[in-house]
Amino acid sequence: MTRTRRRRLMLVGGLFVGLAAAVALALTAFSENILYFYQPSEIAAGEVPTHTRFRIGGLVENGSVERDNDDLLVRFTLADCEASVPVQFKGTLPDLFREGQGIVAYGALNESGQFVADEVLAKHDENYMSPDVAEAMKNQQGESCMPTNMQAKR
Amino acid sequence: MIPEIGHFALILALGLATIQTVVPLYGFARSRTDCLAVAAPAAIGQFAMLGIAFAALAFAFYGNDFSVAYVAANSNTHLPWFYRIAAVWGAHEGSLLLWMTLLSCWSLAVAAASRTLPREVASCVLAVMGAVSVGFLLFTLFTSNPFTRQFPPPAEGRDLNPLLQDPGLVIHPPMLYMGYVGFCVAFAFAITALLTGRVDSAWTRWTRPWTTAAWVFLTIGVTLGSWWAYNELGWGGWWFWDPVENASFMPWLVGTALIHSLAVTEKRGIFKSWTVLLAISAFALSLLGTFLVRSGVLISVHAFATDPARGVYILAFFAIVIGGSLLLYAIRAPQFEAGTEPVAALSREGLLLLNNIFLVVAAAGVLLGTLYPILADSLGMGRISVGPPYFNKVFIPLTAPLVLLMGAAAVMAWKRTRAEVLRSRLWVPLLIAIGLGVAMPLLTVGAGALAAIAGCVLGCWAIATALEDVVRRCRGRRIMLPRNVLGMALAHVGVGVFVIGISLVSGFGGEHDVRLAPGESASMAGYDFTFLGTRHVDGPNFVAEVGDFVVRKDGEQIAELYPSKRRYNASGQTMTESGIDVGFWRDLYVSLGEPLSGDAWSVRIYHRPFIRWIWGGAFLSAFGGLLALSDKRYRRRARAGKAVARDRPRKTAYA
Repeated sequence: MTRTRRRRLMLVGGLFVGLAAAVALALTAFSENILYFYQPSEIAAGEVPTHTRFRIGGLVENGSVERDNDDLLVRFTLADCEASVPVQFKGTLPDLFREGQGIVAYGALNESGQFVADEVLAKHDENYMSPDVAEAMKNQQGESCMPTNMQAKR
Repeated sequence: MIPEIGHFALILALGLATIQTVVPLYGFARSRTDCLAVAAPAAIGQFAMLGIAFAALAFAFYGNDFSVAYVAANSNTHLPWFYRIAAVWGAHEGSLLLWMTLLSCWSLAVAAASRTLPREVASCVLAVMGAVSVGFLLFTLFTSNPFTRQFPPPAEGRDLNPLLQDPGLVIHPPMLYMGYVGFCVAFAFAITALLTGRVDSAWTRWTRPWTTAAWVFLTIGVTLGSWWAYNELGWGGWWFWDPVENASFMPWLVGTALIHSLAVTEKRGIFKSWTVLLAISAFALSLLGTFLVRSGVLISVHAFATDPARGVYILAFFAIVIGGSLLLYAIRAPQFEAGTEPVAALSREGLLLLNNIFLVVAAAGVLLGTLYPILADSLGMGRISVGPPYFNKVFIPLTAPLVLLMGAAAVMAWKRTRAEVLRSRLWVPLLIAIGLGVAMPLLTVGAGALAAIAGCVLGCWAIATALEDVVRRCRGRRIMLPRNVLGMALAHVGVGVFVIGISLVSGFGGEHDVRLAPGESASMAGYDFTFLGTRHVDGPNFVAEVGDFVVRKDGEQIAELYPSKRRYNASGQTMTESGIDVGFWRDLYVSLGEPLSGDAWSVRIYHRPFIRWIWGGAFLSAFGGLLALSDKRYRRRARAGKAVARDRPRKTAYA
C-alpha cells in the first residue's frame, strides 16, 4: 500500500466516521424531539402515557377558565367532540386565547390525569383555524362538531 | 384601468421572457451570434414590463382600489401609506410579483455587465434566468394573479395582517428575496458551465461577485427577519427554528458553503463539480423557501392540497428546474477535469473542504427537521412536530467546530502549511481568545457558566485569528490590503461577534412572567421594573392599551418603557407591541400579556445581555461581503475582458 493510498484510505475512513456520527446525532435528536399530536378523547381513553411531552388541540370549554388571584396560574378544560381534559398553565396566554376558541398546547399529563401545559398557542387571526384543532373537532364519522358560528368563520 | 395595464405588462413580460430563453439557447446550439445577441435586449424589456406591473399593483394599493381582490384582502383605507406599499408583498400573489421583479433587476444587472463576459456565456446565463422567470410568470398568471378584479368592490379592505405592520416588514422581504433571487444568477452560471463544459478560473471570477452579492442580501434579510421576530412577537427570542425561518436559513447555509467552495475553485482549480452542485442546491433551497413560506403548505398540508392547481404546478416546476439541472449535471459534470494532486489536510483548501461538509450537513439537518412533519402529515403518518431542541442538538455540535476551523483556516496557506508555522502563528490568538473569552462573561454579566464561557472563547478565537491575519499581512506593507482580504476578515470578525452574542444571551438572559398591579414592581438581574398603569391610545387603524413602566437600577431611573396591546379595527386581531430599552450591553424588554382582575396585567419581563451583538455580528459579516465585492480585482479583470479568460489558476499562496 503506497503512502498516497494509505492517506486516502484514512481520509475516506475519517469522512465515514464523521458522517456516521452526524447521522447518529441527527437521528437520536430527531427521535427524542418528535412531538405527537393527541386529542382529548384519546387522552380520556387512556391511550396517552403520562410524563411524555406532546401536543394537544381542542376547544376551550365555555365557562371553564379559572384564574388564580395572586399568580398567573390558569385552569381550563379542553374538549373535542367526545371528551374533555383539564389543563393547567402558568404564564402568559396568547392574545387570541378565549373561551370557545380552538387552541393548541404543549405539555404532558401528570398522574392525576391533568394536562400541564408549558406553552399555549392560539390561532393567529379570526379566519384561520389551526389544522390540529380542525382535525380534533371531528367525530368518528369525520363530521365537524364545531359550534356553527365558528364553522361559518372558517 | 391601471390594474389592467399591470396585468397586460405581466403577459408581455412572459412573452419577452420566453424570447429571452428560447432564442439565445437556439443561438447557442447553432453558434449564431445574432440569436445570442437577443438575450440582453429581451432582459431589459422584461425588466421594464415587470417594473410597470409592480408599479401598477403598488398604485392600486396606494389608491385603495378594492376592486382588485388582492388589494381588498391585504389593505385598508386606514392603513398608513408606507404599509400600503409594503402590503404589495404582504401575501402570496404580491410576493411572487416582487420575486419576479427582483429577478428582472438581477437580469438587468447581468445584461449591463455582459459586455465584459464572452457573449456566449452572458447570453446563456440570461437564457437560464429567463427560463426561471417564465416558470414564475406562468404560475402567477394562471394560479396567483394579483390583478384579479372582483365585483362589486367592497367598501373597505380586510387590512394587512397586523403581524406584518412593522418597519421590519417593509425591508425584510425585499432583502430576503434579493438574496433568494441572487442565487438564481449563480445557478444560471452553473447551468452555463454545464452547457459549455467549462469551469475555469475565469468562470469562477465571474460567478464569485454575483454569489457574494446574493449572500450579502440574504444575510441582511435573515438578520432583519430575526430582528423583526424579536420586536414583533413579544416572546423576547431572536430565533425560534420556525419552518419559516428555516426556509430562509437553509439557502444561507448552502450559499455560505458555495462562497467558500468558489474560492477554492478559483485559487486551486479543484472542487469544480462540487461548486456547480452547490450553486444548483443553493437556488433549489431558495425556491423551496419561497414556496414553503408563501404557498400555505406550512399552515396546512390539507389547505394546500385543496387548491390542486397551485400544488401540482409547484411540484412540477420543482421537478423540472431541479430534476432538469441535476440530469444535466449528471451528464456533463464528469467532464470537468478532477484535481490530480490530493488535498492536504493542513492546507486552506483542506479546511475549506471541512467547512463545506459541516455547512452542508447542518443544512441537511435543518431540512430534515423542517420537511419531515410536512411529509409525515401528507403521507398520513400522523401529525407530528419537531421542536427547537432537535435543531439545537444537531446544529450546535456541527457549527462549533466550524468556527474553530474558521480561525485556523484564516492563517493557513493554500496547498500546504507546515505545522510549525501554524503553531507559531496561532498561539497568540489562542491565548487572547482564552483570556478574553473567560474574562468577558465574568466582567460584563458578573457570572460564569461553562457553555457561555466556551462560546465566548470560540467567538474571541474567531475575532483574534481574523485580526492576526490582517495585522501580519499589513506589517511591512506600504499599500492598503486588498479589499477582498479585509472583507473576509471583517466577515469572520462578524461571526465571532455573533457567537459571543448568542453565548451570552442564552447563558445569562433571564425571563419572568409576573402578575403586576399598578404600583407594583418586579426585579430581574438587578433591574426593578415598576408598573404604573395603562392608558388608552387611538392609532390610525387600531386602538391600544399602553402600559407605563419605569426601570430603576440601584434606585436610579434608567428607562421608561411603553409596551402596548393593540386591537386592529378591521380584522379584530390583537397584537402585542413590546417595550424595549436598547443597549450595547443589554436589552430590557417588557411585553404585556393580558388584563387580569382589577387593573392588574400579566407581564413578561426579559433581560437580554449582548443581544444586539447577534444582529451586529451578522451585519458586520454582510458588510464584509460588501467590502469584498467592492474589490478592484473583480472590476480590473472585468475590464481586461476576454484576455484573461484563458489564464491559469494563480500559483501564489495568498491573494
